[in-house]
Amino acid sequence: MEENRMIHSFRSKVGDWVFVIICVIISLICLLPMVNLLARSLSGVDYLVKHEVYLWPKGWNLEAYKTVLDDAKYIRAFVWTAVLTVICTILSLFMTTICAYPLIFPHLKGRGFVNILITITMFFNAGTIPNYLLMKDYGLLENPLVLIVPGCLSVYNMIIMRSFFYGIPDSLRESAEIDGASFFRILASIYVPLSKPVMATLALFYAVGRWNGYYDALMYIKKKKELYPLQLLLYNILNNINQVEVATQEGFSQPGLSESLKAAIVMFSTIPILCIYPFLQKYFIHGVTLGAVKE
Amino acid sequence: MSEVKAKSRGNKEVVTKKPFNMSYIRRYWQLYALLVLPVVYLIMFKYVPMWYVLIAFKKYSIVQKIWEMPWAKNHGFEYFIKAFKTPDFRTSLKNTIWLNLLDLVVGFPVPIIFALILNELRFKFFKKTVQTIAYMPHFLSWVIIYGLAIQVFAPTTGLINILVQNLGFEPIPFLNEGHHWVRTYIGLGIWQSFGWNSIIYLAAIAGISPELYEAASVDGAGRFSKMWHITLPGIKPTIIVLLIMALGNIIGSGFDRPFALQNNLVMKNAEVIATYVYKAGIKGSQFSLTTAVGLFQSVVGVIFLLLANWLARKFGERGLW
Repeated sequence: MEENRMIHSFRSKVGDWVFVIICVIISLICLLPMVNLLARSLSGVDYLVKHEVYLWPKGWNLEAYKTVLDDAKYIRAFVWTAVLTVICTILSLFMTTICAYPLIFPHLKGRGFVNILITITMFFNAGTIPNYLLMKDYGLLENPLVLIVPGCLSVYNMIIMRSFFYGIPDSLRESAEIDGASFFRILASIYVPLSKPVMATLALFYAVGRWNGYYDALMYIKKKKELYPLQLLLYNILNNINQVEVATQEGFSQPGLSESLKAAIVMFSTIPILCIYPFLQKYFIHGVTLGAVKE
Repeated sequence: MSEVKAKSRGNKEVVTKKPFNMSYIRRYWQLYALLVLPVVYLIMFKYVPMWYVLIAFKKYSIVQKIWEMPWAKNHGFEYFIKAFKTPDFRTSLKNTIWLNLLDLVVGFPVPIIFALILNELRFKFFKKTVQTIAYMPHFLSWVIIYGLAIQVFAPTTGLINILVQNLGFEPIPFLNEGHHWVRTYIGLGIWQSFGWNSIIYLAAIAGISPELYEAASVDGAGRFSKMWHITLPGIKPTIIVLLIMALGNIIGSGFDRPFALQNNLVMKNAEVIATYVYKAGIKGSQFSLTTAVGLFQSVVGVIFLLLANWLARKFGERGLW
């Protein structure tokens, strides 16, 4: 009997380690492409040309990053995207809050109507071309507002926030109502302060969406290249050979620099988000759960 | 979803019907005032474009308003018929469905398996670290993933092909040959989303009563029989809901992923509806044709969703609604 249990616990210990090893492998699969990219962006030209760079930089070289940081084009796009991200995040959080809050009052007349209005948009989307022609008629083509306004309220995120609001005890609200607090006041001094976790989550979702988005810019902005967000600029650089040739003509005649330059630009556009998301992990896990689990 | 909760709460309260009059408005006007902006937004950016869908049935003209445009031939269905006669559209339709099916069959189980694996980890700190790392790809844009893919998969300069060549094999055309491209596309999709999608399953697993596991241990159940008989049935409703949503999306397609990853050499396998609409519509100005394509896609998507939900309910599951 005793022997049996020992075999059992030994087997389960081995099992534990097997799972640990599997997880280490999975983590490596997630990380190695980034490590490779980082190594390339920091490597010397000769080593890149000879295909000798794997996961560790060879011939330490910061030239690529210097080029990126010296080029007004990247810095401009970086700053513009950052500004855009901040504006979009604040506006979207505001819109999401003012949409979710009234809908938690069960007896509000017209609440059902607004809910239906919202639900329909989740199932049926007019499509790319109707949206494009709409932006054209609103005069939003080639306009920076097109990167801000059309995406300022996500119905999915609104539902996440509304679910969170439902979790705040009604009694708090009701006692404030009895004390004569206005609905604005209740929102500002009860709901918003208690909703920091969900606000952090949705801020992350909106910010990542804007920082990573390029679809709208690709669709609605053609001529005004100065309005391109970072990702679209990056897309053009990765695909457009001319850009690389320009970089070579500008005095970086060594072949191979363009490759480390590409790696450096990709790194440069990713770093802000990679620095932020781990700190918000416990919040966004909760946020995803609120949005998707059936109650 | 959350309405259920509100309703059950509403039942407990004494429901007093208040008449919609001046005193009601005086009391609740602030809530309505808050809703004005969101409702205006929804109407301006979600409902007005639905009206533009009419262009699918009309002959588009840049100088006319929508209601002035003449109806298309064949009772307005000219452009739908034309779309199905266009080889490029047929290819994109076929590719959309094929890529989504592969995503579903190959990609759907991965986050479930990953969640099951994570659930077996005993060391809290290690588990959290693995999670953080696995969520990382979700925060990368598809352009950046494309940038990474070039570095790793490029024919002569990519990390993997350097290794392959050093070992004396022919380089693998991950990105520039149709069939390999499809595999790369599916693989990158899984890489980007498996960690993130596992969150929801982990939450569902956390909701399973620990007593069930304890009882099973007493009965001498091993690790895998617990997984099979307790964990999987416990998260089945979540799996079904996500499966329905995936089925509803079988003809839908995001734009960012295929557009960022495709290149001219693999178009025959890589063109999907979203990218076709962009090229033929926005770049090619065939507005009526591409609106028709988009409408077709939306309608079929809704039908699939309804069908999947109906099927789930028929098999005794709760479904989406």
